[in-house]
Amino acid sequence: MSLRIVVTVKYVPDATGDRHFADDLTVDRDDVDGLLSELDEYAVEQALQISENSDDDVEVTVLTVGPEDAKDALRKALSMGADKAIHVEDDDLHGTDAIGTSLVLAKAVEKAGYDLVVSGMASTDGTMGVVPALLAERLGVPQVTLLSEVSVADGVVKGRRDGDTATEQLEASLPAVVSVTDQSGEARYPSFKGIMAAKKKPVQSWDLSDLDIDEDEVGLDNAYTVVESAAERPARTAGTIVKDEGEGGRQLAEFLAGQKFI
Amino acid sequence: MAEVLVYVDHVDGAVRKPTLELLTLARRVGEPVAVALGNGAGDTAAALAEHGAVKVLTHEAAEYADYLVVPKVDALQAAVAAVSPAAVLVPSSAEGKEIAARLALRLGSGVITDAVDLEAGDEGPVATQSVFAAAFTTKSRVSKGTPVITVKPNSAAVEAAPAAGAVEALSVTFSAAATGTKVTSRTPRESTGRPELTEAAIVVSGGRGVNGAENFAIIEALADSLGAAVGASRAAVDAGWYPHTNQVGQTGKSVSPQLYIASGISGAIQHRAGMQTSKTIVAINKDAEAPIFDLVDYGVVGDLFDVVPQLTEEVKTRKG
Repeated sequence: MSLRIVVTVKYVPDATGDRHFADDLTVDRDDVDGLLSELDEYAVEQALQISENSDDDVEVTVLTVGPEDAKDALRKALSMGADKAIHVEDDDLHGTDAIGTSLVLAKAVEKAGYDLVVSGMASTDGTMGVVPALLAERLGVPQVTLLSEVSVADGVVKGRRDGDTATEQLEASLPAVVSVTDQSGEARYPSFKGIMAAKKKPVQSWDLSDLDIDEDEVGLDNAYTVVESAAERPARTAGTIVKDEGEGGRQLAEFLAGQKFI
Repeated sequence: MAEVLVYVDHVDGAVRKPTLELLTLARRVGEPVAVALGNGAGDTAAALAEHGAVKVLTHEAAEYADYLVVPKVDALQAAVAAVSPAAVLVPSSAEGKEIAARLALRLGSGVITDAVDLEAGDEGPVATQSVFAAAFTTKSRVSKGTPVITVKPNSAAVEAAPAAGAVEALSVTFSAAATGTKVTSRTPRESTGRPELTEAAIVVSGGRGVNGAENFAIIEALADSLGAAVGASRAAVDAGWYPHTNQVGQTGKSVSPQLYIASGISGAIQHRAGMQTSKTIVAINKDAEAPIFDLVDYGVVGDLFDVVPQLTEEVKTRKG
């Protein structure tokens, strides 16, 4: 038996940098350093753990859709221990929305061949959290999403989903799409050996024609949503700050009473 | 007037507050038609009618509880086919966003998530979103198909607006995909008696400065004096002091209450992403240089172990 896992990852602007919009109201990627989305590190980690805990022959492929620099995200995942990488890169992809991205990912996953797709719970830039569900809908396979625990055995994936009102145990037959939360387990740091080995691992590059996708199915002009305006939030007016000299709690209560919270 | 579908989030017939808020927003863009699914769906009608639903489409079936997400997408798709609405509104829970996304894909429509406001526009509803840890405010609309929009809790005031609320049975045929992901067990979260974090009007949060699970009792005491929910920073959750379900921030819950009180929280970008849209922000921190003080309406530089209990006592006294 063999198990093919594809991990979808995203290269995102560093959240601690000064993120802003470009003139076309897409995310400006030039002025902020990019990195592998922290939440996708958990997906890579869980894929590697499934591989390590399996008696089967497991291959872990990392997949990203993004500009040239997105290769950095793939290198990070390869240095953690993934076996190979696929980079979908095409100028026509600029400005593609979640619906379009799910199309590209679905075609790429199908072309790569898969038994299991593992994703992070959301990107740290758009933070929509919808791509795993969209991917499952596109692929016509079960979604087993937002898992804090995940295991795979005998062609069945099981996991725990912590919702607002209940904790659920889920189960589905492979092939399936899984997404994992930041509670699934700390992601490993790449070792020196891992970093050196990553340099020799294969990175395939595909463009839209490799995936039989028309340029009018993706990109900013063909997005299903339009951003009409983006305004920097006005800086908050400086608040009152007091030093506690024994009355800090009572002073705060006075403020809250003035605001009608008490 | 065009009809607008509102997906009803309820627990055994008890409608959750974000759905009532959605009905207020829905009235700005059309006539609200509510869709209530699963056990107790029919019991939601009175509350929905009270808040403006002209019609309540209901369907009860075991599939909604026994399988994940897809049966609900099938039902909403059937409701869209029956009503041809101008838009579909869904509460922005984790599940709500997944339902909305799959529905939009099936309809050939765009999806907008986490709207914080909604207004009628010439080319359909315009959604306001707060992005990049609330550093930017965007206005967006869906440009293809029937707009599917999820709205964050606390984005509108709940307003009573009595309407007919006529109950109609929705006819649903489940797709082959509906039974793909089995829910093999469900353990309801034990109620703390406090308001749900994302819905609460006041949130009191503790962070690294709380310095131990046992010390969260003083955060809880303040929360209880104010009728508030309790939140925690990622540092406090990762240290095991408070459950992950209470985590506020980028990888936890995003909250937007009337009042947010941060105690012993420095205000890292990841935390700010989850609370920066709160209407009034208050912080208590020993470190006068903590970035959280850049956000506050009122800040106290001081030891939370002195300030918080004093505040709690004062709140209790004032409330009598």
